[in-house]
Amino acid sequence: MELTHKSGRQETAAHDLPPAIELRGISKAFGPVQANKDINFSVAKGTIHGIIGENGAGKSTLMSILYGFYKADAGEVLINGQTTLIPDSQAAISAGIGMVFQHFKLVENFTVLENVILGAEDGAMLRPSLAKARKELTRLAKEYELNVNPDTLVEELSVGHKQRVEILKALYRHADILILDEPTGVLTPAEADHLFRIFDGLKKQGKTIILITHKLREIMDITDTVSVMRRGEMTATVKTSETSPEHLAELMVGRKVLLEVSKTPARPGASVLEVENLRVVDEDKVERLKGVSLQLRAGEILGIAGVAGNGQSELLEVLAGMQTATGSVRLNGQELDLTGAKSDARTRRKKGIAHVPEDRHDEGLILEFSAWENIAFGYEDDPAYNKGMLMDNAALRAETHAKMERFDVRPPHPRLEAKNFSGGNQQKIVLAREIERNPDLLLIGQPTRGVDIGAIEFIHQRIVELRDQGKAILLVSVELDEIMSLSDRIAVMFDGQIMGERRPEETDEKELGLLMAGINRKAN
Amino acid sequence: MQKMPKWADVALIPLINILIAFTLSGLIIWAIGGDPFRALKTMVTGSFGSTNGWGYTLYYTTNFIFTGLAVATAYQARLFNIGGEGQAMLGGLGVALVALSIDWPHWAIALPAAAIGGAAFGAFWAVIPAYLQAKRGSHIVITTIMFNFIASALVGYLLLNFLKVPGNMSTESAGFPAGTNLPTFSDMLAPFGITFAKNAPANISFLVALACAFGYWLLIWHTKLGYQIRAFGQSETGAIYAGINPVRIVVITMVISGALAGMMALNNVMGEAERLIDNAVEGAGFIGIAVALMGRNHPVGIVLAALLFGFLFQGGSELSLWEGIPRELVVVIQGLVILLTGALDNMVRGPVERLFLMLHKGEA
Repeated sequence: MELTHKSGRQETAAHDLPPAIELRGISKAFGPVQANKDINFSVAKGTIHGIIGENGAGKSTLMSILYGFYKADAGEVLINGQTTLIPDSQAAISAGIGMVFQHFKLVENFTVLENVILGAEDGAMLRPSLAKARKELTRLAKEYELNVNPDTLVEELSVGHKQRVEILKALYRHADILILDEPTGVLTPAEADHLFRIFDGLKKQGKTIILITHKLREIMDITDTVSVMRRGEMTATVKTSETSPEHLAELMVGRKVLLEVSKTPARPGASVLEVENLRVVDEDKVERLKGVSLQLRAGEILGIAGVAGNGQSELLEVLAGMQTATGSVRLNGQELDLTGAKSDARTRRKKGIAHVPEDRHDEGLILEFSAWENIAFGYEDDPAYNKGMLMDNAALRAETHAKMERFDVRPPHPRLEAKNFSGGNQQKIVLAREIERNPDLLLIGQPTRGVDIGAIEFIHQRIVELRDQGKAILLVSVELDEIMSLSDRIAVMFDGQIMGERRPEETDEKELGLLMAGINRKAN
Repeated sequence: MQKMPKWADVALIPLINILIAFTLSGLIIWAIGGDPFRALKTMVTGSFGSTNGWGYTLYYTTNFIFTGLAVATAYQARLFNIGGEGQAMLGGLGVALVALSIDWPHWAIALPAAAIGGAAFGAFWAVIPAYLQAKRGSHIVITTIMFNFIASALVGYLLLNFLKVPGNMSTESAGFPAGTNLPTFSDMLAPFGITFAKNAPANISFLVALACAFGYWLLIWHTKLGYQIRAFGQSETGAIYAGINPVRIVVITMVISGALAGMMALNNVMGEAERLIDNAVEGAGFIGIAVALMGRNHPVGIVLAALLFGFLFQGGSELSLWEGIPRELVVVIQGLVILLTGALDNMVRGPVERLFLMLHKGEA
């Protein structure tokens, strides 16, 4: 790391400017876990610096230290060449650091303007602050293409616009250094493009941007420099123009990774799932599914692409028995109840539908339960798990251990609580439970969200294997790469409808992106 | 080591909490001119110093085991059953109706019948709030509290107008037939050659309470239903994902919880008073909340916490009897224990946790 350190200094000497941020020897441990180990790195002023790494590599810890959420055990932070103490987020803000979190920290029932001044009011009276903020917002909007109507309630904004409000909040507080954590996770390709244009504008004005992401393509497209983190250490800092996605992926996991899924062409068999005119109206009387029809055969993977919130979640929930609906769903030719007592998840499971849900923390797992209790989740009435009136906990633990071995869950300890496993291992627990039920239809949502690259490979292979055993798989993902590489057919959802269906080999990300934005060029 | 060892969590912290509460109580006793050490001695000898003392302590303990289990069962589904008081009152009504229905030949037949009666009435009183919560979204804390008042008024009304013996001045039912009188500890221990105070109220329902604690453990950690209750308690969306019907779980959990509270009447109504008296529950329903909290919803913890509160009740009444310390102050001491063990638990937990982490670092 000494090398990077020196070159960073030389660079600053060349530009005659100290780096915007320089970290020296930052370490942070949580109990026995060394989250950050002697991290040295610097970000030159006016550049876009990417940080990539697997989940649990220590990116978020590092940024939390920068923003004053954690105190480093050792090391120092230099802002513009000055040693700076950052005990809390207020100190970070006054040092010119702004942070945009993955999950927005906005007050939904406040207007944009009210959100922007929240915590930065000038005095007890709001009126002067609001007037000042209004002027400032107009200026910022012009300068950086950050157009948002200041009087709209935040809850009425799209995700992309909410993110702009977060950026505006930081800029309003005179941030010179912006840190963004996975900013494009929830955006359409068009929105992401817009965000990158904003980045360009900010960079031209001399702002420094730190972008935390796991999307290699974004790193390649917009960053000037990229740092790779692995197991708490900063393993490399390279110029983006001098590297390749394959090289970065290798640096991240420490070995070569298959980014493409290897699979043979599908051999679709009999029709397993037939969905016709499916409609869902939510509690607020908003129609979430507006007449969805689709068909799925044995031995094929149908990928549902789309920006989050366009009805994919509802589609999964209806099929899994978590949500009532109208319309018709046939499984192996047999009509399923969509309302009433027989429309619950348990009945669906017994009919041969397994479900890996989008949200494994809230749905797929009970985090406070041990691994073996989670293996029974949804199947606790299975005769194999029961002995008379009591559950056969010992048998269940033994089976869990076997499953953990087969799915390479680490550590393979059935008594460990689910919350103590990493994201990838948690997902493997869910997969082990659902896939080994040998279902006719597997519903799988965001299979690799928050999962590290090594586990992604494993999970993708398992999904393809299941397909090759002649099972039908409905895959919902917001990751286009994942949809493209796994699916045999791709259906794109927009605003509660299927916009169109494509074969992965006959389409590209651009066309799918347009479909995801609701534009169908091929439409008749 | 990320956490402190388990023994510190389950034993050390409650112990420190109790010590602080006792120290504070001692200071108060000292401030009003009493001798705290003598007061403590009076409490200990009064509750554990004789078989008579034990008999009272275990009598209170029995009440608190039932109500503590009731609160803990509901809490496994993250339902706050504040209505143990009312459910125990209704349980008393159920027990009284069973006991007075026929001339029972033997307590061994009357006991299960009365248990069913008490449990059924207690469960009935809990199932209405449960249904309102599950179907209408009325908050169970509010409804169960309200149902305490309704229960009190209802039982008072029934006693006054239907159950009272004409001519009797006090609001109480007729005495139960002799065939329902439960064996006391004195009766139970006599065959073993152990003499136990004859008039002490502790009775065989203590064993029923222990059996219920074991049943609770089996139910919660070894049955499908218990599994589903805990899963629902941890995550309602998770429960829907798994196909666990929330309405069913809320109703069944509260039925069990109310039944446990209702069975308390075996002890205070059938075992001790041997007739139904107005306000016989004496706050045991509320003490159950503290017991469950302090016992960490585990049966062993609940039994131990119930014993502590049994000691506080019995020792407290000795205190007012012999030391001239007013009854109200005894309530203050009980309140301090509840405050420290329940509400202020984190005050002690934080520093102790840090201490353990520091010690561990020192070793490493």
